[in-house]
Amino acid sequence: MIYLDNAATTIRKPPEVAAAVLAAMDSFGNSGRGTHCEALSASRTIFETREMLARLFHAPRPERVCFTANSTEALNIAVSGLLESGDHVISTDCEHNSVLRPLYRLAAQGGSVDFVPTDRQGRIDVGNFASLLRPETRAVVCTHASNLTGNVLDIRHIGAFCHAHGLLFVVDASQTAGALPIDMEQDHIDVLCFTGHKSLLGPQGTGGLCVGDGVEVRPWKVGGTGILSYSQTQPEPYPTRLEAGTLNGHGIAGLHAALAWIEKTGVDAIHAREDALARQFYEGVRQLPGVTVYGDFAQTLRAPIVSLNIGDMDSGEVSDELEQRWGIATRPGAHCAPRLHQALGTQEQGAVRFSWSWYNTAEETDAAIAAVKTLAEEAR
Amino acid sequence: MREKTKKLVVTFRTTAGAMAMEKACKAEAVPGRLIPVPRAITAGCGMCWAAPPDSRDIIENLVIREHLDVDGLYDILL
Repeated sequence: MIYLDNAATTIRKPPEVAAAVLAAMDSFGNSGRGTHCEALSASRTIFETREMLARLFHAPRPERVCFTANSTEALNIAVSGLLESGDHVISTDCEHNSVLRPLYRLAAQGGSVDFVPTDRQGRIDVGNFASLLRPETRAVVCTHASNLTGNVLDIRHIGAFCHAHGLLFVVDASQTAGALPIDMEQDHIDVLCFTGHKSLLGPQGTGGLCVGDGVEVRPWKVGGTGILSYSQTQPEPYPTRLEAGTLNGHGIAGLHAALAWIEKTGVDAIHAREDALARQFYEGVRQLPGVTVYGDFAQTLRAPIVSLNIGDMDSGEVSDELEQRWGIATRPGAHCAPRLHQALGTQEQGAVRFSWSWYNTAEETDAAIAAVKTLAEEAR
Repeated sequence: MREKTKKLVVTFRTTAGAMAMEKACKAEAVPGRLIPVPRAITAGCGMCWAAPPDSRDIIENLVIREHLDVDGLYDILL
């Protein structure tokens, strides 16, 4: 099997990730629920994981790293906890439904949302943020990189715009955490939402949000915290404020091991390898007759994603052929990115997405190029 | 039961605060350990750092230097 669906989830992880999950399942008590050895083992690992994430993203402090099940949960917490009826939000057409649906719900509850449009290559003009500004604009919520095209948004520029206009800046780093540099301080990010199971190479069911200094997020869920048990309301201090209920300590132990591997390997090295593989594929398919590739490959900084179509073939059919004949795993269809498919004109056909991780090889990529070439020839 | 002796007890607002304290103390070889908060003290977090009574100065300095999220310091019999 050649696994090229890493934008959905990475399958191959550093071997120490699964080992850490297993060891945690054999030894962890409940974090924050006691001072016996087993509970403290969980608490220590979880705290160290907060420290590692704070270092990776330049978050203000480990206590501002709050765990959730994934990016979607983090984005729901951020949107519902920062914004309210009457607020206006600027987003983009590059977004995943994990951003869009919380924003549509906000709009249905009396808020309003405008979207910076993209061109046919999925690019946005960052100058368009200013044209959508209103007196009631309260935040920009956008992705760091499109999960469909791999195009990267210039979050430093957008963050500076937010800072200049007093707007909150919420970033969806689902496709970039661990694979591209992110600096909450320099990028003026107020809330960074991430998932653990993609480019962070951790287990599914891990993720979180890093909350900037001075940013007050109302809790989305309330309940047991191991602190202030006689208070009828959710405790105020982060991270507990956003973490009611037992944390996924076993998964977070795996994420801890993955982050240790990322620290050792280096984000720049990871990006360079993944980017080289994606560009190798792009160069191999972009001029094949009948093949249409989507995205801006003039960008120097990209997520390792290449989406394409072959003639007018259904993207699902192409993906199934790739899997059945060559054992190549890709993702067809809409990719939970409806606005971008509409902008690219692919809402009917969908697209076939290829996405890489550290563990893919040049040989696998060559095999994928050859498979696309064969299908393109057969389609003519 | 153990004989009660004087202890310095440091309380925290959150579990993360307690973890940061333990890590900082271990790094600087400051003696003590995490224990359940005794009933004589009201604290947010259910665990506290129990240390020898003569370690107040070193712990206070550590709390300031490392920006530790401490709720209070108490001298009590434990």
